[in-house]
Amino acid sequence: MPDAIRPYAAAFAARFQLMLQYRAAAVAGFATQCWWGGIKVMVYAAFFANAAPGETPITLSQVITYTWLAQALLVLSPWSGDPEISQAVRTGAIGYERLRPIDTYNWWYVRAAAWMTARALPRALLMLAVAGVAFPLLGLEAWSWRPPADALAFALFALSMVLVVLVSSAFVMLLNISAVVTLDERGINTLVASLLIAFSGNLLPLALYPDWMQTFLLIQPFASFLDIPFRIYFGGLTGWGAAAGLALQAFWTVVMIVIGRAWMVRVMARLQMQGG
Amino acid sequence: MTALFLLTRYFSASVRGQLQYPGSTILLAAGQFFTTIIDIVAAWALFARFGPVQGWTFGDIAMFFGMISVSFAIADFLSRGFDMFGAHFIKTGDFDRVLLRPRSAALQLIGYDFRLARIGRLAQGLIVIGLATASLSLEWDAAKVGLALWTIVGGVALFVGLMVFQATLAFWTVESLEVMNVLTYGGVQAAQFPLSLYAGWFRNLLIFIVPLGCVAYFPVLAILDKPDPLGAPAWLLPLTPAAGLIFLAVSFLAWRFGVSKYTSTGS
Repeated sequence: MPDAIRPYAAAFAARFQLMLQYRAAAVAGFATQCWWGGIKVMVYAAFFANAAPGETPITLSQVITYTWLAQALLVLSPWSGDPEISQAVRTGAIGYERLRPIDTYNWWYVRAAAWMTARALPRALLMLAVAGVAFPLLGLEAWSWRPPADALAFALFALSMVLVVLVSSAFVMLLNISAVVTLDERGINTLVASLLIAFSGNLLPLALYPDWMQTFLLIQPFASFLDIPFRIYFGGLTGWGAAAGLALQAFWTVVMIVIGRAWMVRVMARLQMQGG
Repeated sequence: MTALFLLTRYFSASVRGQLQYPGSTILLAAGQFFTTIIDIVAAWALFARFGPVQGWTFGDIAMFFGMISVSFAIADFLSRGFDMFGAHFIKTGDFDRVLLRPRSAALQLIGYDFRLARIGRLAQGLIVIGLATASLSLEWDAAKVGLALWTIVGGVALFVGLMVFQATLAFWTVESLEVMNVLTYGGVQAAQFPLSLYAGWFRNLLIFIVPLGCVAYFPVLAILDKPDPLGAPAWLLPLTPAAGLIFLAVSFLAWRFGVSKYTSTGS
């Protein structure tokens, strides 16, 4: 491994292993997500019972799969900045971050990526075991998390999920830097949470919003966190559509990293240390 | 009388403390408002695409939604001490001090903190009720207003009861149990839609075990002048919020049992 990458890889591995230790939190999160997912599935089923097949932009089984996927991968969305960094800003420990002989942006970025993936992994596996494996075995086939449309869809989905981690981490960085500027991250976090719920697909698969909003919904950055990979998964985006989706995710990743880096340079140049 | 006097003192101290940081309080309230009102957007989008479902219109759903939000906002405002009980009292050993004071522990926990940011959710609930009223062209007469207030009393009692149960569990688990969020926040989520949309076992859970249906679904049907598609008799509907008060009473029995078994973690 080249020397330049080694500290970042070590930071990733350390944070990843640390976050995997919070098993009780993972189980609690999983229980909550099952409850939420179950309610959503029942509500969708009631609404879809109204519609003739072929009339809806996506089918009920696709919506159900989408719902379980969204619950499984909930913590992979950038809900808030890294709590350890906002803590460090308030205590003044951020000074140590500036003393490390490495690039602070990359350092925080890697930590954010590890933080999110390690929390998502156990929850996703639990959800897959329950909604994907146990449900069909219990005869709840109609309510289960279905496999991807085909092998190609799965491969593209996997690629898209890698981009989710990259773009979410880039967005977490923007939140981290805003925490450095404002010292109190709670206001911006709740604002971002509202936008994420509404526009990522967390609230409702974006395809179910009114038709006149669809173009806007696909282009706006929040679709990259959730909706694009899920559409690819169930075959809603294929061929050039899938390629365009991946390109959009890559585009937003680059935009957020460029903005984040430039902003960080400016903020760090006039960093005021708190604490004493 | 001293209890009421004490509560007003607790209340004014807590509110004055939060008003020292008006910006933060306003931001948090606005955040609560936006994150909770978004759910109604989903209901709106689904109705826009699919039309009425099982005879329910958007206005009906908005009424369920608004009523449960108001109940939960008030309960959350009153029961912060119970909500935080594990982390702030058991783990730290601070509950010892509470027990030493010559007033009931429950009173002190209610007075522990009143979060003004809950106004955000309360405002959301009231606005959504207004939306429902406009959408259904509902006439509010004295009987309906009384029934709505009674429903909210039952709802507040139920949610406070859930928080008391959560706190009681902390006597054994030490940590606050996050799993209880399923029944509080998740309960709000479940009660936003009419019970008739749900599977039978889930419906029974929400009527007989955690009687959320009794503080939202049944009484709101009476407010809407709708018969229950599940077949509950019309005379029963306005009485159901009493289940919330019963739930609260049971939760305080459990709480007293928990207090009697309490052993301190402090040193």
